[in-house]
Amino acid sequence: MEYVAAAALGFLGGMLGGLVGVGGGVLFVPALVIFLDMTQVKAESTSLLAIIFVAALGAYRQYGYGNVRMRDGLVLGAFGLVGVAGGVAISNSVSGRTLELLFAALALLIAAQLVRRALKPGSPSPPRARAPERP
Amino acid sequence: MTRDRLLKLLLIGTAGGLFSGLFGVGGGTIIVPLLIFWLAYGEREATGTSLLAIVIIGAYGAIAQSLYGNVNPGNAAVVGIPALAGVVAGAAVQQRIPERLVAILFAALLVATAVQFIF
Repeated sequence: MEYVAAAALGFLGGMLGGLVGVGGGVLFVPALVIFLDMTQVKAESTSLLAIIFVAALGAYRQYGYGNVRMRDGLVLGAFGLVGVAGGVAISNSVSGRTLELLFAALALLIAAQLVRRALKPGSPSPPRARAPERP
Repeated sequence: MTRDRLLKLLLIGTAGGLFSGLFGVGGGTIIVPLLIFWLAYGEREATGTSLLAIVIIGAYGAIAQSLYGNVNPGNAAVVGIPALAGVVAGAAVQQRIPERLVAILFAALLVATAVQFIF
């Protein structure tokens, strides 16, 4: 039963990405903590592995719509190394409770972004999976 | 590519990587707005380009965390495989349900998650 619930939250995470352009990780982590009894740091780490494939599918689809600037994306990713190393080191050195509270703050921040987008007059159409307007 | 542009990409990549490594998320939450504000990206291009960067950033993070023995591939499959279906389903239903409603529902889900973690 717990696996079904975790899978359902994973599905919603992917859907959130497909619909409103926010990554699924923010739902993968709670799915792993709440339903599969992982510690916060292990859930975050495992979420990263799942994200690679979900982002790859999303990037592939977006590439088809002409929404990917290949060179910038590759440069950005390559430049991410130092930040990732720092974030991973911090996540392994603070307590699980601290990490949980930081994650809760991130979830609230993303919720606020979603609400702001929903309330914005003339809200733009979702960024993913639609044909681009520009050539 | 100019030095100014490279520097901005370096800062955005570093900030996104830090978010990703610390929170176990993709980092798009920070990469997308920075691409829009600093490099004049449109929203769709920012999201698409961010996804490509996240493939690389997520791989760095998963490799680094696996050195700490923190990655469980079986559990990653439990959430990740349904998520792949979710990406496709999200795009399919996108035309039929109002985006605002979806955004509010997901915001409520995230608030519930945050409350669960806090208490």
